Amino acid sequence: MELSRRQALAAAGAYGLSLTFGAAACSTGRKRTPGSIAGPATARGHLLKEGAPLAPGAAEAAEIVIIGGGVAGLSAAWKLSNCNFNDFMLLDLEDAAGGTAISGTNETCSYPWGAHYVPVPTRDQRALCELLLEMRVVRGFDSSGRAVAAEEHICRAPEERLFYRGEWSEGLYLKPGASADDIKQFDRFESEMRALAGKRGRDGKRAFAIPMFHSSSDPEFRDLDRISMADWLAARNYNSPRLLWYVEYACRDDFGSYLRDVSAWAALHYYCSRLPDESSAPAAFLTWPEGNGRIVHYLSKNIKNRSRFGALALSVEPRPDAVRVVYHDFTSQTQREIIAKHVICATPQFITKRLVAGATDRNSFHYAPWLVANITLHSQPESRGFATAWDNVLYESDSLGYVVAKHQLDRRGPGDVWTWYRPFCDADAAAARTKLINYNFDELTDILSADLVRAHPDLADRLANVDFYKWGHGMVRPERGFLFGGARERAAAPIGNIHFAAADLGGLPLFEEAQWAGVRAAEEILAARGVSFTSSL
Amino acid sequence: MKPRLVYVTVFVIAACGLGYELVAGSLASYLLGDSITQFSTAIGLYLFALGIGSFLSRFIERRLAERFIDIELAVAFAGGTSAAVLFIAFGNGAWFRPILYFEIVCVGTLVGLEIPLLMRMLKDEIEFKDLVSQVLTLDYVGALVVSLIFPLLFVPKLGLIRSALILGVANAAVALWSTWVFRSRLAAPAWPRARAAAVLIVLIAGMFTSEQLTRLGESQIYADEIVFAKNTPYQRIVITQNTAGFQLFLNGALQFSSADEYRYHEALVHPAMAAAKNPRRILVLGGGDGLAVREILKYNDIERVTLVDIDPAMTDLAREFEPLRKLNNSSLLDPRVELVHDDAMQWVAEANRIFDVIVADFPDPSSFSIGKLYTTRLYEKARAILAPDGAMVVQATSPLFARRSYWCIIKTIEAAGFNVRPYHAFVPSFGEWGYALAAPREFPVPNSTIPGLRHLDGPSMSALFQLPPDLGPIDAEPNRLNNQILVHYYEQEWHRWN
Repeated sequence: MELSRRQALAAAGAYGLSLTFGAAACSTGRKRTPGSIAGPATARGHLLKEGAPLAPGAAEAAEIVIIGGGVAGLSAAWKLSNCNFNDFMLLDLEDAAGGTAISGTNETCSYPWGAHYVPVPTRDQRALCELLLEMRVVRGFDSSGRAVAAEEHICRAPEERLFYRGEWSEGLYLKPGASADDIKQFDRFESEMRALAGKRGRDGKRAFAIPMFHSSSDPEFRDLDRISMADWLAARNYNSPRLLWYVEYACRDDFGSYLRDVSAWAALHYYCSRLPDESSAPAAFLTWPEGNGRIVHYLSKNIKNRSRFGALALSVEPRPDAVRVVYHDFTSQTQREIIAKHVICATPQFITKRLVAGATDRNSFHYAPWLVANITLHSQPESRGFATAWDNVLYESDSLGYVVAKHQLDRRGPGDVWTWYRPFCDADAAAARTKLINYNFDELTDILSADLVRAHPDLADRLANVDFYKWGHGMVRPERGFLFGGARERAAAPIGNIHFAAADLGGLPLFEEAQWAGVRAAEEILAARGVSFTSSL
Repeated sequence: MKPRLVYVTVFVIAACGLGYELVAGSLASYLLGDSITQFSTAIGLYLFALGIGSFLSRFIERRLAERFIDIELAVAFAGGTSAAVLFIAFGNGAWFRPILYFEIVCVGTLVGLEIPLLMRMLKDEIEFKDLVSQVLTLDYVGALVVSLIFPLLFVPKLGLIRSALILGVANAAVALWSTWVFRSRLAAPAWPRARAAAVLIVLIAGMFTSEQLTRLGESQIYADEIVFAKNTPYQRIVITQNTAGFQLFLNGALQFSSADEYRYHEALVHPAMAAAKNPRRILVLGGGDGLAVREILKYNDIERVTLVDIDPAMTDLAREFEPLRKLNNSSLLDPRVELVHDDAMQWVAEANRIFDVIVADFPDPSSFSIGKLYTTRLYEKARAILAPDGAMVVQATSPLFARRSYWCIIKTIEAAGFNVRPYHAFVPSFGEWGYALAAPREFPVPNSTIPGLRHLDGPSMSALFQLPPDLGPIDAEPNRLNNQILVHYYEQEWHRWN
């Protein structure tokens, strides 16, 4: 376990205090926090990695098989259903749909296990607007083209707060104690982002569009993928530590990457893509106690009878005018074979490359490991300074802080659930992944407490339960040179009747990318079959 | 034993002795108000207790050094924790005065024992005239030093709880040190030394956790005597009393004074009752004191009043606390009144009944959790359960002290699709106060009301709708859940006046 000296000292200090005051309660050793560790069904997944023997039963026939019930797979199913094409089947390894947008619930509240918000879209994000209108989250559009969402779905104020030297302050940029030069650099950065948001390439497309497919191919912008965000900032004389922290926070949060590794194009896309033009305000967030689990639930509830869970796809082979899918069914412990007319592989590329015969060129897709904790509290911990916000971030911490599940609720009651996120941004993701997988519960609890105890000295006394989730491949990482190196386009091209859909094909781990890719794959198949439909793209 | 070392001891214990006196006096006047009486009583009692201590010192005859150390430790503990104990007692409401006076007598008596004992220990080593002169000089110098440090450094930097603890730490340190200074007089110095160390550790540890204790009681100063205090999961309820009547505070903010609340509540209820057509089903949001309900029950046709207040402790108080029950005319015991304890926003969003009048009587928007009750979301949901010819009234803070906040509330109600008529009333305890009368249709200024009101009749009611220029409209954005701009306006504006 690696703790910085500062964290270790903070933890030791808090531990000393709790010894002084809680001595009677726990004179022998540490107080045991109840909780658990979960993760994607890795044991199941490893069957795939090791190549389980094939013993197929009778082959089944299907029109379309969707492999993977994450947002991409669910969105493909949504598009097919909306075009009255209901003859499909969805397979997922887990016991519930959602992929990295899964959520949980306990007697206190619902909470996310991964993705937990979607920025309010603009009218040109057609597929997303269509979905949100259908969910009645969005009611219409304002004059700038931004969707108008129902108030209860928009993240409430206060949105963010930041902990620094014993106290919380409002917002994500560290204002207390900022020098005149810090403020000047921050303002310069903000206005530069606005200017870039309005930029279009020579092909007339936006420099940074969302989904990223619609971005300009003008080399003036694409070449930004070849340099790191750290270099981009340095070249513009941005050196204020607060600003660099602020931008790096965004890169760790959205990409699981440090400034020195992440593509400048990707980092700028984060700031610019959601501003329709230079004069509009940044997009508000749509969020729910269960995070994007709300959308997953909506997308999956009508296709339950066409979904098979505990179904581990083992191989996907193109056949003339058909596709052969073999999967292991964990419910019956048998292997099954399906001959489908079309298949959508809505799996991330590190899975796809092992699944699909002839789909091996996917080694440049890299993924950041993530640790997520859901902390159930029976009462509110102490905190100094600005009031509890939705997103609560600690300055100069390795974690991303925590999100408060009950923030969007009116009836709050005494307890709460905090979802704490910790990306592993190390350049060597494989080593970080091994390290993460090997942590035991006590080590994970230590990492968590060392991080939060600075801001909430009495946290240990408020804890009812801590559950961890280890994401070995939490999100795709847009490292320098990856986005426009050609790998994504090659990976997205259909192989025979096999189509590909996943957020990582856009290179950016975003809900919008996953949804767009799923809808795009569904439309590829509808078009190939000559079904008439209105495009959502 | 070097006399010079002993003089340091005298200086420290004299300083601490006066320090505890200042702590007790400040706390008494701070928590109970009426500072002249409280300070004077606390100091008088403390000085008297010093006398008791001096008198009792004659009964200690043997092993003076050990007794002295014991007394030091007792002072350190009792004095050091005095402020914390009193804050906690105050937080729990009952028994505050007896505990306060007991603390004062206790600490005073112990401090009164110190100097006589010390002088007796020194009488064989120093000539009497020098001894008296030196000890008393240091005693008064110590008093001067602490009386300067106390207001300039201790209270502003540390707060009362930690100031008392620091004094306790000093006393415990003297005890510990005395185990060396007087070691020739001690049979077994190790034991008192261990005890002194233990007390020292406890007090130092206390300094690190005093934060929450301080917060418990320090958020407000009340001018009058407190007759009821209770912390509920939602707020701190305090009732104070003076010759004019009694006052209710929630989280330190005055909600009403019995002397002039009729002005506030008549102005709150009757214009909305006049603007609605044939009001029979009434919804009151907040207003757990039952005073708005009292006004509503003056109408004969009332079928049902639904009161939604999140805090059961508040409605219990309105039903059971005699002076308040009398003031609200037992309104919450009326069979037509239905009590609901729930979050008002959630309740309104889920309600599927129609009301003729809605009265939103929430505390001022001083925090995000109250600010949400002034958002477009609440008003939109309220509009959905309001009869087409009904009316809603919202208490809207002071258009004089918080003008932008007031107009922000008006703009917010308008943004939710209401027609709004702003109006104001003068309530001496609050000053100029603002309301918003709203209806989902065009409506005239109400100009008639029921007879028998103290503050309002037809003409005076329509006069409330005349806003003088200094209360007139100014720019403000509507308050939404995702900006809570009102909380920011409110904080800025009240900051100017406090």
